[in-house]
Amino acid sequence: MPFARGRKEFPSHLWTQCPTCGEMLFNKQLVRNLNVCLKCDHHFKLGARERLELIADKGSFLEIDRELSSGDPLGFVDSTPYPARILAAQTKSGEKDAIVCGTATVGGVPSVLAVMDFDFIGGSMGSVVGEKITRAAERALADRRALIVVSASGGARMQEGTLALMQMAKIIGALARLGEAGLPFVSVLTDPTTGGVLASFASLGDVILAEPDALVGFSGARVTAGTIGEKLPKGFQRSEFVLAHGFIDQVVPRSQLKERLAFLLGALRPAARDLRWSL
Amino acid sequence: MLDRLIGAPAKAVEGNGHSADASGLILSVNDLATKKITAWQAVQLARDQKRPHALDIIERVFDRFQELHGDRGFRDDPAIVTGIGELDGRPVVVVGQQKGSSTEENIERNFGMPFPEGYRKAMRMYRLAAKFHLPLVTLVDTPGAYPGPEAEERGQAEAIAKSIETMTTLPTPIVAIILGEGGSGGALALGVGDVVLAMQNAIYSVISPEGAAAILFRSAGEAERAANALRLSAPELLSMGIVDGLIPEPEGGAHLDHDATGRNIKAALVAQLDRLARVPVGDLLTNRYERFRAIGSIVEPALDGSPPKAEPWWKRALRIRP
Repeated sequence: MPFARGRKEFPSHLWTQCPTCGEMLFNKQLVRNLNVCLKCDHHFKLGARERLELIADKGSFLEIDRELSSGDPLGFVDSTPYPARILAAQTKSGEKDAIVCGTATVGGVPSVLAVMDFDFIGGSMGSVVGEKITRAAERALADRRALIVVSASGGARMQEGTLALMQMAKIIGALARLGEAGLPFVSVLTDPTTGGVLASFASLGDVILAEPDALVGFSGARVTAGTIGEKLPKGFQRSEFVLAHGFIDQVVPRSQLKERLAFLLGALRPAARDLRWSL
Repeated sequence: MLDRLIGAPAKAVEGNGHSADASGLILSVNDLATKKITAWQAVQLARDQKRPHALDIIERVFDRFQELHGDRGFRDDPAIVTGIGELDGRPVVVVGQQKGSSTEENIERNFGMPFPEGYRKAMRMYRLAAKFHLPLVTLVDTPGAYPGPEAEERGQAEAIAKSIETMTTLPTPIVAIILGEGGSGGALALGVGDVVLAMQNAIYSVISPEGAAAILFRSAGEAERAANALRLSAPELLSMGIVDGLIPEPEGGAHLDHDATGRNIKAALVAQLDRLARVPVGDLLTNRYERFRAIGSIVEPALDGSPPKAEPWWKRALRIRP
């Protein structure tokens, strides 16, 4: 085997080792394969911009609310002050917060996309994520577009305290209005989708899709294991487990995501009413 | 927020020295008479085992309360009690999280940590309230939703999300009261209302102080520090607009006098429901939406601000994240 497990002499900016099968993957090839391992289909995390490129029709994406950033409502300090933490994440990622939103067409269907990025403070949901998803839903309602939210988040952002918790109610309020207007909302869960994000908008899609082997659960596996004081079953809180228990609709490989979204939006979109059964 | 809803607060000095409104509600942090307690003291008071829990309050506030059981799907969750009672002769639907007052009772009630079926029972009662045009009163008192593997398998997250959704669109007046401990999403599932009130010594937080300490300071022993940082005490919640008013507790805390606590809650509820009953349902739902819509802390520069420089494509291509 030319690229054996655990050998360290590969420069990391050229090669990445797959955490599942140990295969050494050439970065260029990995990117071309949508960040999916060529050998074992392990889905690496995908950034928000790359995800948008994957889902939105070419050249159709127009970003909205790009400049929204977070205040420091609590004056929160743990090992570093919260504003410094935000600034570091902004510098590292080039984004203002853990989500990118915009309008686009997906398979020709006018949509609003909101895509989270785990790389920004664990994709945590604070006021900015709450506001941007709420605005995305309001925009979809105003323009009669479909809404797609791609989640990648550890949950609510601790550094914003109870204000972060309230974002759950705020987003759900906007989604409920969207639903009452008969507009489709598709939720896509990627690794990981947990805590307050799963316990709010991510679980409320008309259709919920998930990527293979993504961590999908309410409480952290360590908390759960600590609660019962024993080891958890294999595959616990993974997409396939959640699918088997009936809380998501499909596990979709990344290469098929766009196709499935386009089909679903096409079938559910309001303009398709006249094509439907006259019920 | 509440000013807009109930008009100018009529200040009247109430028995224990707070300058409260006519029904005894404290609408501003400056009106608190007692000196501020620390966040950690608030956590301990809110968790006090002798503190009045949902059924203690229901017994003192509502007449002829009948408990109604079961989610019609899986089982009856004892951590959430639901039913119909009368408030000054008028029927009200009540949903509350129930902790125990002794260790045995706590084990029976699962320490007030609901399972998904508990939230589904709550939702059944929300819909019942809407169907028969009865106001809904919720009493929040939980360390959080139960985090065990059975709860995960039965869809804890979905149950909470649906519960919040049901409340945001429920066409009937809702008053939510944070009675003791408001633990994260498991509390918010009962916490969406036209008016959200908190007991003077209640807490409401996105994560328990112990949980936050374990993650941020890598030691559960730093819970006191985390409690301070999270700003989870009732007066802090009032100043951030998360709750609309505080219900005063008897001197020393609610655990010292359950009857007086009950009287204060009843006075606040009667006043709020009287007012909400006169608001047309459409306005009620709009106001409820706007109430939560406004919460958050964001910085938005003027539209003419130049966009930040995008990361070059080659940097993005090299950024592989396992």
